[in-house]
Amino acid sequence: MKYLDEFRDPVIAKRILDEIHRITTQPWVIMEICGGQTHSIIRNGIDQVLPKEIELVHGPGCPVCVTPLELIDQAIEIASRPEVIFTSFGDMLRVPGSHKDLFMVRSEGGDVRTVFSPLESLKIARENPNKEVVFFAVGFETTAPGNAMAVAQAAKEGLKNFSELVSHVLVPPAMEALLSSAKNRVQGYLAAGHVCTVMGWDEYTPIAEKYKVPIVITGFEPMDVLDGILHTVKQLEAGTYQVENRYARIVEEGGNQPAQALIRDVYEVSDRKWRGIGEIPLSGFKIRAKYADHDAELKFNVGDIKADEPEICISGVILQGLKKPHDCQAFGKECTPQHPLGATMVSSEGACAAYYKYQRILND
Amino acid sequence: MCLAIPGKLLEVFEENGLKMGNIDFAGSVSKACLEYVPEIEVGQYTIVHAGFALSVLNEEEAKNSFDAWDDLIDRANKEGIEIDKLERPN
Amino acid sequence: MDFPEYLSCPVPILTHDTVQLAHGAGGKLSNEMIDKIFLPRFSNTTLEKMEDQAVLENPGGRIAFSTDTFVVDPIFFPGGNIGDLAINGTVNDVAMSGAQPKFLSVAFILEEGLPFETLHRIVLSMEQAAKTAGIQIVAGDTKVVNRGSCDKLFINTTGFGFVPEDVNISASNLQLGDKIILSGTLADHGMAVMTSREGLSFQSTVRSDTAGLNHLVADMLAVSKNIHAMRDPTRGGLATSLNEFAMASSKGIQLYDDKIPVRDDVRGACEILGIDPLYVANEGKLIAVVPADVADSMVSAMRANPLGKDAVIIGEVTDKHPGLVTLATGLGANRIVDMPVGEQLPRIC
Ligand code: SF4
Repeated sequence: MKYLDEFRDPVIAKRILDEIHRITTQPWVIMEICGGQTHSIIRNGIDQVLPKEIELVHGPGCPVCVTPLELIDQAIEIASRPEVIFTSFGDMLRVPGSHKDLFMVRSEGGDVRTVFSPLESLKIARENPNKEVVFFAVGFETTAPGNAMAVAQAAKEGLKNFSELVSHVLVPPAMEALLSSAKNRVQGYLAAGHVCTVMGWDEYTPIAEKYKVPIVITGFEPMDVLDGILHTVKQLEAGTYQVENRYARIVEEGGNQPAQALIRDVYEVSDRKWRGIGEIPLSGFKIRAKYADHDAELKFNVGDIKADEPEICISGVILQGLKKPHDCQAFGKECTPQHPLGATMVSSEGACAAYYKYQRILND
Repeated sequence: MCLAIPGKLLEVFEENGLKMGNIDFAGSVSKACLEYVPEIEVGQYTIVHAGFALSVLNEEEAKNSFDAWDDLIDRANKEGIEIDKLERPN
Repeated sequence: MDFPEYLSCPVPILTHDTVQLAHGAGGKLSNEMIDKIFLPRFSNTTLEKMEDQAVLENPGGRIAFSTDTFVVDPIFFPGGNIGDLAINGTVNDVAMSGAQPKFLSVAFILEEGLPFETLHRIVLSMEQAAKTAGIQIVAGDTKVVNRGSCDKLFINTTGFGFVPEDVNISASNLQLGDKIILSGTLADHGMAVMTSREGLSFQSTVRSDTAGLNHLVADMLAVSKNIHAMRDPTRGGLATSLNEFAMASSKGIQLYDDKIPVRDDVRGACEILGIDPLYVANEGKLIAVVPADVADSMVSAMRANPLGKDAVIIGEVTDKHPGLVTLATGLGANRIVDMPVGEQLPRIC
């Protein structure tokens, strides 16, 4: 596939890798923020072939894993209502709430459907005027333009039966939250390429300067990821801390302006809880009052459903690279990929899930 | 997060008042909303996430990346390093 | 959607256009449906006797016996439909023992209101699949349920065949140094079904690979009867079948990423939806584990058959990491290919 396969060329990838080996002189801790990059790292085994000095810490960059328990519980409450068609990206259906997941709601008779795009959800609303169609709008900045468009379009078409349960989170506040922690170990960041596609990168410059960390905007194919690591290490070795764009074929400095405009029109920045991290001020979006008709939280009055994460789970410190999964008492016992308790076990790329798989090799 | 891959715009049309396009991913053609890439032309590549085109691929910049990597390869060749034989500790 | 020539047979004229509850009640209407829809397509001397059971000759030896029930949404998908899927699925399950499938039973559960035109089209493609595989349908049953009690139609097929002497194929038979052969490209069926599902707004050249593999198996056995393990990687895909082999044999399996064939359009669909082809269903592919010394000639023989034209060795059996499947990546790393947790869903991250 054009513009995909070229970036998977093993010969060039190995050459970049070799360059990383050549320039690395001391230990560095680098965090890739984005779950998509974690996926690429694990799928291609990049972590296994890097110099042993380089430690990759998998960041919180997966909207599925960071969606807080109480939002899943709210989704389950809404999806269980007979008048509702609940639509969601496939990722969210398996994420456990306090007592069940959306799959179980479906098996109990709830109308829960997977969609690939929020516009599909809008189409379902058009075709089912007597039903309440709710879309589970999770995601980072990358997904926000689409989810905002669905709300704006519903308002324009007067589709009163369409609403969104919003759990949108923002990357830069989370980066800052991690960096400002007294125990922070992260020295360099691979920034999420597709988030920057939408938002650009001016938000990163003050962060890089304040915390003196290099931030390299990185793509997702093996060569992109290796290239991002190479340029992060280069900066670390040289003692510089700039924002560098290594995904220039896709990312422009200002990001996508029309997308940002519609996001601002539909959503406003709000405090958000992150599963595993806790509440981060101004780290997400909620629907603006002028679109309140399309806000499922208000429409179904589920805002007061609260839930706390299992106390035993230490995924928050794991996310920060401070502890390893087998430091957790529940690891492999109460908590497995089939029955995950915390964020880092929910996603197959999460640190706990990855260790769970890997541990089996170590035991042999 | 944010799975998005490049595909080629085949045609543009309108649906429910939105600018839409059919995008080819090596034979699998998927519909995507083009409202956020008003400048796009048929034949260009775009990154699509959850049914929305978010950026037109900059072919010039893609070439720049390759030029930089080619330099790495050239240097390896000059130094007589055989890339496929590189031994690396696991 | 275009249909092959043989599917253009005119629909037989029945008293009703759609299936009624009475069609399953065993009376006049039942007989009319059997006479007009099923018998003309599935007919053979055993079936025509219309007894309560099929009485068959027994040539002696071991019998391979398998049953499977088919529920698929949508019932028509690019490259096939629930009908040929139901025939080929059981043919393949029997054939994976090395047996040539001989006889099949077919049971339908029909939803009231199903158009006869639809049923007829499905039955025609079942006839074709049975002919291609060279099997006879010797027993059958039909039930009609209330609207809403099933989704259009479900089909159960049960089949058996006779296992040749000296053939002992089992998931627990893997030997150190054995080669893993894959008969062709991965993930065609699963992606054809997924991309034709409503809600994904796809147009795709991806087609299901549904096919009966029994002749391919015969070609392979002609090279050597010494096939250690064989399976058609349907639900759960290649990853699931190989994990089952590794666990049953307490051996490790090492795969090579760059050897595993996936069609471009299938890969395109997988990439957009975030799905790993290793976990996607196939309906016309097999994996065979064979001793290294016969692997190359086996692959050549398979390539001579259109259903095995892309056959290739994708890995081998090792004594490292028993019970696990690993995949060597282009970078020289090795990652674990785990059992899937639940069904494959389109993802955004
Ligand atoms: S193993 Fe489970 S409970 Fe323990 S930290 Fe990881 S996700 Fe939380």
